[in-house]
Amino acid sequence: MSDTPLLKVSDLIVEFPTRNGVLRPVDRVGFEVRAGEILGLVGESGAGKSMCGSAIIGLIDRPGRISGGEIHLDGERIDNLPEERMRRIRGKKIAMVFQDPLTSLNPLMTVGQQLIQTIRTHLPLSQNDARAKAIALLEEVGIPAAATRIDAYPHQFSGGMRQRVVISLALAAEPELIIADEPTTALDVSVQAQIMALLKRLCRERGTAVILITHDMGVIAETTDRVAVLYAGRIAEIGPTRNVLSAPSHPYTVGLMASTPSTTGSLQTLSQIPGSMPNLRAIPKGCAFNQRCTKAISACFNDIPVLEPVNGSEVACWLYDPAYKQIEKEISGASE
Amino acid sequence: MTGDTPLISARSLGAVFDVSKPWLNRMLAMESKRFLTAVDTVDFDIPKGKTFALVGESGSGKSTIGRMIVGLQKPTSGQVLIDGEDFFAIKDQKRKLAMRRRIQMIFQSPYASLNPRWRVRHIIGEPIRAFELMPASEVDKRVAELLDQVGLAKSDGEKFPHEFSGGQRQRIAIARALASNPEFIVCDEPTSALDVSVQSQVLNLMKTLQRELGLTYLFISHDLSVIRYMADEIGVLYLGRLVEVADRDSLFENPRHPYTRMLMDAAPHIDAFGRTAEIVSGEIPDPINKPSGCSFHPRCTLTEDRCRQERPAVREFDNGKAKVACHLCTA
Amino acid sequence: METQSPKGASARPEFTEKVATSTWQRWMDSDIWHSYKSKPVIVVSSLVFVTLVLGAVFSPFLSPYTPFDPSSLNLMNGFTKPFSANDFTGDYFFLGTDDQGRDVFSTILFGLRISLFVGLVAVLFAMTLGVILGLLSGYVGGWVDGIIMRVADIQMTFPSIMVAMLLYGIGKGLIPPDLRDEMAIWVLIISIGLSEWVQFARTVRGATMVERQKEYVQAGHLIGLKRWSIMVRHILPNVTGPILVIATISLALAIIAEATLSFLGVGAPKTQPSLGTLINVGRQYILSGEWWILLFPSLTLLALALSVNLFGDWLRDVLNPKLR
Repeated sequence: MSDTPLLKVSDLIVEFPTRNGVLRPVDRVGFEVRAGEILGLVGESGAGKSMCGSAIIGLIDRPGRISGGEIHLDGERIDNLPEERMRRIRGKKIAMVFQDPLTSLNPLMTVGQQLIQTIRTHLPLSQNDARAKAIALLEEVGIPAAATRIDAYPHQFSGGMRQRVVISLALAAEPELIIADEPTTALDVSVQAQIMALLKRLCRERGTAVILITHDMGVIAETTDRVAVLYAGRIAEIGPTRNVLSAPSHPYTVGLMASTPSTTGSLQTLSQIPGSMPNLRAIPKGCAFNQRCTKAISACFNDIPVLEPVNGSEVACWLYDPAYKQIEKEISGASE
Repeated sequence: MTGDTPLISARSLGAVFDVSKPWLNRMLAMESKRFLTAVDTVDFDIPKGKTFALVGESGSGKSTIGRMIVGLQKPTSGQVLIDGEDFFAIKDQKRKLAMRRRIQMIFQSPYASLNPRWRVRHIIGEPIRAFELMPASEVDKRVAELLDQVGLAKSDGEKFPHEFSGGQRQRIAIARALASNPEFIVCDEPTSALDVSVQSQVLNLMKTLQRELGLTYLFISHDLSVIRYMADEIGVLYLGRLVEVADRDSLFENPRHPYTRMLMDAAPHIDAFGRTAEIVSGEIPDPINKPSGCSFHPRCTLTEDRCRQERPAVREFDNGKAKVACHLCTA
Repeated sequence: METQSPKGASARPEFTEKVATSTWQRWMDSDIWHSYKSKPVIVVSSLVFVTLVLGAVFSPFLSPYTPFDPSSLNLMNGFTKPFSANDFTGDYFFLGTDDQGRDVFSTILFGLRISLFVGLVAVLFAMTLGVILGLLSGYVGGWVDGIIMRVADIQMTFPSIMVAMLLYGIGKGLIPPDLRDEMAIWVLIISIGLSEWVQFARTVRGATMVERQKEYVQAGHLIGLKRWSIMVRHILPNVTGPILVIATISLALAIIAEATLSFLGVGAPKTQPSLGTLINVGRQYILSGEWWILLFPSLTLLALALSVNLFGDWLRDVLNPKLR
């Protein structure tokens, strides 16, 4: 891992103008990813995690747009590039793996044709060399008998194998960053474990950076190095995965961990966070979590908290503000 | 098994689907008919007031079993006994309807399970009207009561389903299931479409209702951690067969079938940082051409010749607390 | 219960989306209304359509003459040019007159009435038939579906005009000669209606097959609802969107089909002329220079069909969630 980040996202804002006002699915999000690192973006539906991924790769549906912040890849600013330049970066430097493998595969072309096409778009290889590379890629992602399976159509593969093909397609141009958006949500647990192991191995062997977008805390724990917990378009907490998950600081992360059932550990009543994530049209003033937070103080209802270092992570919560330290102590003392 | 008489019993339940192509296509391609055995001789009992859970991956037949138990689908073989009575053998329409009132279902999708054109008040009130449980003038009062019971406001009854979040819709679905005062509810992946923080609300609500109303649940899920939280007894399904049935503690402390062990190992753990799960090779086979012998043998690490040839019978362990269909299981 | 209590929910109005109180407010706030407002072509075409409908409905009051009352006609007024007074009688005719001295403007208003009436009733008939058969076909399935869809397939292999002409011929043969003129309109309606039900049936069948799988329908089975009750009360309200779109597009087709039949002389009789009949009549004078007898009915038909079609296309776009 080098010291300069491969990807640097700072104060990213994504806005969707609608006739009832402007929606902000992503609101001042900032994070860094280093080569060979797996960063998890975790959050519930509507947290803006997928939108972050789309913003980085430059694929936000109209009329949505990046209205603030910057995205740097390898030191180059990429959020304001013309579409033609961005298209070359997409695929070559950043690749994407989606939840449903069928959306990324052309049903009318064999897997080999699609791989060779992608390889030759980005790399100066002859047809034969590209085919050899395609077979090597399929072998690398664990498709048995790759040399014969290369001429099969997507529907002739099982769900897990299809996702492997999509990953090989993402790897075809040797990208520096892979954004994987819920890559295993549609798969069975046993297959999910296989795909996650594959992603980890590729990341280690090739030094590719991965942004893993998921709602599954278990997947985050087992796969990622660092994690950003998103809530209503903002980062609530970001830091090393072990830190964030085993000693969460933000009340939302605390609640999320406590409400996740587990196959091990105690069997007491699942704790729950009251209410649900606010609608984008009605994000409360101040901290977006204030309506559901049991520890909310007056500051939470007035001002948006910013990320501050807490216990080795960064947390956006007024309870960790020095001025409110005293109050925080009283509240945690009373609730325990 | 507890000593109670079971409220629900599945007796060598089987479901076979005809998945052949249309007659003409079949003739032209010279193909024979093809059948899919979705559920294969499944036996279990659910005592009154308890939760029995079915866990399995895609193609395991868990939803088909749920549909057969609530009477949405006729079993190809075997019986579903409700209080000792075979639902599909009842000929009298009145008695059949009376039996329907006692069993209800909560579905997976909080979006497709509520009619988008109906007001919530009508959705919840419909079972009451259909079973003629009370005079029409009292229905609204009962609906308000049900809404309150699932944590919604009376005024929510005037709204349409699209005005609610996924979790709230699932509460509406629960209220509708409760409207006919059932004794038994089949819950088919009721929280798999919900976010974690909302999932725990719904699971806790279902547990509270079970305690207060003495409900019996058949809980269907692919998520072992949810099942561990909800179930008293668990059946593990693989390709339509129950490979292991055990009470909760027995199953999680000592999983006996290799497939159960694999499921537990493959499920991601929130406290297993950086762990790489032991990789099980292969995927679930085509349910139309199941492997011979034990269906799990191509993926099992312990496979012997016997597993390839001979279908394992169900054997009891730990004084009947666990039933396992595996040749190699010893304790 | 520590779950989100009703009290908690009402204390946090920000959590639920803004809910319009009345149906009217909801409509004013809907995407359809906003899309409508932002498309001038659609506003214009709907205004044209409404004007034409009002003109047809109130034709007895709006038309300056009574063109089909022979006693009121003056042969001296024949072939009066539009926008000018008759040279002999000094009577003014807005859009001119035909050979008999009938006011073209008045005949158009009355023709419009017939055209719209035939179109609307034919579509209503096709819709009723198609929706019933489509629901049955999609919901019951099996051999019922097989029979209905095979009949539809066979019908689709003939052009609908041909089907209408065939039925029209049969109808004429069955009806005694003295009733023919009176019954002509109804034969026309049934024959056009029968040639257009397939569209409705196919669409409703498809939508029904999708809805039938949904869990709210299963929930209906669980409480022992009768089939017809599930079809009519649960499924039908959820398949109305596409029905509305097809009805609009069919209306344009039905109006044109009626005009075509009448133009071919197998439609509305000369005693009750529709726009098609008027165009057929006007065709005879195009070479002798009396262009207005043909032009104005044709323009009216064009405006009518075009406005309905544009409106239908827009409705299809706005009601199709895939395009939004």
